[in-house]
Amino acid sequence: MKPARFDYLRAASLDEALEALTRHGDEARIVAGGQSLVPMLNMRLTKPALLVDLMRIETLCAPRRENGALVVPAGTRQALLLDRPGLADEVPLLAAALPLVGHVQTRARGTLCGSVAHADPSAEVPLCLVALEGEVHLRSAKRARRVRADDFFVGMMVTDRADDELVEAIALPVRRPGTGYAFAEMARRHGDFAIVACAGVVDGQRMRLAVGGVADRPTARDWPLLDGAALDDALNALAWDLGAGDDLHATARYRRDLVRRLGRRVLEQAAEEARRCQG
Amino acid sequence: MPRLNAAQRHEVAFTLNGAPARVEVEPRTLLTDALRHGLGMTGTHVGCEHGACGACTITIDGMPARACLTLAVAVEGCDLRTVEGLAPEPGRLGVLQAAFRRHHALQCGFCTAGILMSLDAYLRHRPHATRDDLTDVIGGHLCRCTGYAPIIAAAVEAAALLRGEPTEETPTYA
Ligand SMILES: Cc1cc2nc3c(=O)[nH]c(=O)nc-3n(C[C@@H](O)[C@H](O)[C@H](O)COP(=O)(O)OP(=O)(O)OC[C@H]3O[C@@H](n4cnc5c(N)ncnc54)[C@H](O)[C@@H]3O)c2cc1C
Ligand code: FES
Ligand code: FES
Repeated sequence: MKPARFDYLRAASLDEALEALTRHGDEARIVAGGQSLVPMLNMRLTKPALLVDLMRIETLCAPRRENGALVVPAGTRQALLLDRPGLADEVPLLAAALPLVGHVQTRARGTLCGSVAHADPSAEVPLCLVALEGEVHLRSAKRARRVRADDFFVGMMVTDRADDELVEAIALPVRRPGTGYAFAEMARRHGDFAIVACAGVVDGQRMRLAVGGVADRPTARDWPLLDGAALDDALNALAWDLGAGDDLHATARYRRDLVRRLGRRVLEQAAEEARRCQG
Repeated sequence: MPRLNAAQRHEVAFTLNGAPARVEVEPRTLLTDALRHGLGMTGTHVGCEHGACGACTITIDGMPARACLTLAVAVEGCDLRTVEGLAPEPGRLGVLQAAFRRHHALQCGFCTAGILMSLDAYLRHRPHATRDDLTDVIGGHLCRCTGYAPIIAAAVEAAALLRGEPTEETPTYA
């Protein structure tokens, strides 16, 4: 398993990378951590003419705080963010989910923006972005734009990004007072992609549940504060709406069951945390 | 940086186990192949070539990495370590290697180089790693022989020895 031939450009600046994307369009492919792209190259599932490496662009490395959000640029590796002091206070949902993304060895290379650009329906980082109502910052040589996470993920590994754009950063809203966050997933083994993953966000007025691994993209629902049978009904309706299918890893029925069970677990846990930090 | 042409070979320079190294590669050459075929460093093994097994794990700038998911052209100027760099001198094993030997933490040895490199990198950053932490690190590797228990025991013991603590699991021979 070896990649087909491609040219390689180690971009020294954002402008150099953008110019290459403008010139080569869908013939060019960005490589960040390579943890999803290189397996696809090795299996020849993709054969780009040019790879544009972003990882030496110094301005894209450091995460920063901006307008109540943690802005994570394209060059930030998953391991670096996980080591950020205070991440569990800043973006508790991400602090809970990141250790479930692959293994120590893949997080040392893989980036958060790469995971978002790749848009695997089971991936944890896109799910957190949707649950938190975050944004994707896109840039081409001509323009910069910001897209809501809900609108960015279009389908199975399909996003709103145009061929000449790169994901410059993702913006994850930081913890809001009086709000609880919880994450849970079921995977075959620790470090595998989730069969179903759930992220819950609960405050004094509403509960939001985002589900990954079932539909073709991470999908969220908002409800007023529900419990008991009303919550069961809402979770059951969502489980059916997501259109679960059978595959090698799990049956549709098992997936619906996981949505109901993990969904309830994260919402209860998040509600409990919300009550604690109000009191 | 100039664009590297797909059909040509290009020289890449980096530090390998503390010494300068250079190798000529195509842009598509995987780091596993550059090490094994280009430099004859066959200690780094190749199992799956898609990141799943961990046999090819080395360290790049002190962090563990799948060499099979790394392009050789991408490591220009980096500090690479492979299993060949673990022993302090020829004929002597490092602390981690010696613990693996004492605990029979390898049988066929195919997975061993990668696991040693992951553990070595982890223990350098986190000398106080717990059994759970070390189990998590080993979770990034597949071993088809040992059943993992002796690997975990060796890792826990090596961590304690590196901290200078007396070990519970007294070695029967050294
Ligand atoms: C063994 C193993 C287990 C894994 N388990 C999980 C898991 O449990 N959960 C999970 O979510 N992931 C998992 N992954 C994938 C994860 O490790 C990747 O890091 C992530 O999906 C992609 O990030 P990357 O930086 O490696 O991107 P790359 O592989 O470099 O790129 C992925 C795709 O995104 C594009 N891209 C990258 N960056 C940008 C950008 N800034 N702008 C535009 N396009 C861009 C690339 O062109 C490519 O199409 C696993 C991988 C391996 C090898
Ligand atoms: S050969 Fe690299 S992970 Fe299997
Ligand atoms: S010792 Fe044979 S695969 Fe691990």
